[in-house]
Amino acid sequence: MVSDFVLFGVLPYVAMVLFLVVTVQRYRQSKFSYSSLSSQFLENKQHFWSSVPFHYGILAVLGGHLVGFLLPDAILGWNAVPWRLFLLEATGLSLGLLTVAGLVMIVVRRLSSSRVRRVSTIADWIVYVMLLIQVVSGVLVAYFHGWGSSWFASSASPWLWSLVTLSPDISYVAPLPLLVKLHIVNAFVLIAFFPFTRLVHVLVIPNMYLWRKPQVVIWNRGGPAARGGGR
Amino acid sequence: MDVRSQIAMVFHLDKCIGCHTCSVACKNIWTDREGTEYMWWNNVETKPGTGYPTKWEDQEAYRGGWKTDGKTLSLRSTGKARIIPNIFHNPSQPSMDDYYEPWTYDFKELFNAPEGDDQPVARPISKITGEHIDVESGPNWDDDLGGSQIYARNDPNMEALTPNQRLQMMSIERLVFFYLPRICNHCLNPACVASCPSGALYKRGEDGIVLINQQVCRAWRSCVSACPYKKTYYNWSTGKSEKCILCFPRLETGQAPACFHSCVGRIRYLGNLLYDADMLPEIGNLPDDQLVDAQRRMILDPHDEKVIEAARANGIHEGIIESAQQSPVYSFVKEFGIALPPHIEYRTFPMLFYVPPLLPVMSSKENDVIDNDIEDLFGDIEKARAPISYFGSLFGGGNDGVVRYALRKQWAVRLVRRHLTVGDVTKETAERALAEADCTWEQADKIYRLTTLASMDERCIIPPFQREMAIEMMEDPHEHRASVGFGFNSAPERGN
Repeated sequence: MVSDFVLFGVLPYVAMVLFLVVTVQRYRQSKFSYSSLSSQFLENKQHFWSSVPFHYGILAVLGGHLVGFLLPDAILGWNAVPWRLFLLEATGLSLGLLTVAGLVMIVVRRLSSSRVRRVSTIADWIVYVMLLIQVVSGVLVAYFHGWGSSWFASSASPWLWSLVTLSPDISYVAPLPLLVKLHIVNAFVLIAFFPFTRLVHVLVIPNMYLWRKPQVVIWNRGGPAARGGGR
Repeated sequence: MDVRSQIAMVFHLDKCIGCHTCSVACKNIWTDREGTEYMWWNNVETKPGTGYPTKWEDQEAYRGGWKTDGKTLSLRSTGKARIIPNIFHNPSQPSMDDYYEPWTYDFKELFNAPEGDDQPVARPISKITGEHIDVESGPNWDDDLGGSQIYARNDPNMEALTPNQRLQMMSIERLVFFYLPRICNHCLNPACVASCPSGALYKRGEDGIVLINQQVCRAWRSCVSACPYKKTYYNWSTGKSEKCILCFPRLETGQAPACFHSCVGRIRYLGNLLYDADMLPEIGNLPDDQLVDAQRRMILDPHDEKVIEAARANGIHEGIIESAQQSPVYSFVKEFGIALPPHIEYRTFPMLFYVPPLLPVMSSKENDVIDNDIEDLFGDIEKARAPISYFGSLFGGGNDGVVRYALRKQWAVRLVRRHLTVGDVTKETAERALAEADCTWEQADKIYRLTTLASMDERCIIPPFQREMAIEMMEDPHEHRASVGFGFNSAPERGN
């Protein structure tokens, strides 16, 4: 089908190109706009119960997807024993539910606190709608089309790899149920929209902090170290 | 010896009249933008009192500054180990309600009110939401104790006092307060810098001014909780943190910072100090009550040949060494030993020092005759209205000795001046006071002159910065011809 080819053979490339080009260009042109735009300062009570479950949930779920993509054989091997399959499925579903719960709390908080509403933009609301579609469809997929960890490894993963090797083979995903297709398409729309939104804060996570020296001193003319003395 | 230069400050608290001119000067220049309305990079609070943000000294709640196990320093808030679990929600970050919600009024409500029996009122409107709010606190809500003892009673420094002392401090006839103007201390071991996950905060090598790079800040807010003085603020509009910049654009053009320049009571002194950065790791872990002395040891004598040589070897310009030799801050902190750092037990080694207030001369009134008993002008600083241990908690890291020394010396200077000008204090009394205070006639004279007579040029010795040279070496000015400046070329607007 042509629509399948557009959605699963073209859209992913469009999304990735937009993601890469706009992200880099935005960083170069408007570095200032890269911020987590935290609103904890304006509302500090619901913040914990919304931000924390959502972030932990979504990171774990995304991590699961990444492992399924990178190591499909390992996942299939793990799932070969029933209790391990059940454990993985149950963990995945509960993390998905945690994410949904966190996201709903986030939206409720934004709607209910007039201070936080003040700093919410249209782009924020679009992001929330797309994220809601994404995580809710994900949970529904996990519920209605069980053993996703296994079929992800045997259908989604090869399809993704076919995209990576620039020879898109949509036969892996074309027969999938509509709900799964929605989940996939929305994911790539989200990736395309990503660099235009506050989601860019994901890309500036402070990895350097863990191994840099505690104090930061900036000299205009090299400082003592440049002159061979001091630190 | 790693000699570095640092801009440092002294605030003379006996001279502060609590007029807030400094705060207003600062606000007019730097924080009248959206998102910064609630920020007071310079604020003046009444002590004893809860301050701004409320109870900022309570580090059990805010977890600011450093803690030590005797060997290594670690951040009390989100240090390296705790940054990952806490990055989605900072557990010790103050929220807007800990400061106050800024507001304005719709003045049309006054002018357009229909004629009636009642006085029209303009209701407060939030500067955040634009909705009507009930104002529950504001800047300096506790000014002059705000008509209540509640603020004084909740001062975290009160814990250093005995219940009896606390009761005395609160009794009506003895109730005492003074003003504590606060700006960023531009610390030697800044917790804000160490806590920043993005590495946006830094200390300028040449002058020690602590700044936040707005292009690098990603709003993780670690600096806000890590600064024990709560002198970094989160701009809710731009999604970046901001702080006092010590008016570096003014300093670089030879002008005193706005709060120094506008100070009505002339309480503010500014100058650079030479210090040995190598000593920091070693003294950072000393017990609380040794920290004031240790910090003084770290500050080097700019007249000492060895120090000058080491400074030159470190590339410090002659002009900066010369200005360190004239620094009034060096005189107050090291020479006289009467200026003390605030809450040094937070271990950030603040570079703003306070001369503790001697507080008003006591007089008694009998049958409508006001009597100043000169011999007993300040009978005994131990019996002062504000107990020494209160100041010990605020300025001594729990060491009352350094406060006692500072107060005794100021008291001696008062007696000397009384002897010289009014003459009702005998020379013997003055000399005895000087001897007890570890002070000479010459030093008393110098303290008196620097405290009362010093002009603007003597109070603020601004070292030559040579920033223009520094910039030219890094960037070609012609490249930036007809553009808006050297660094920040786009408007600081909130991202999506």
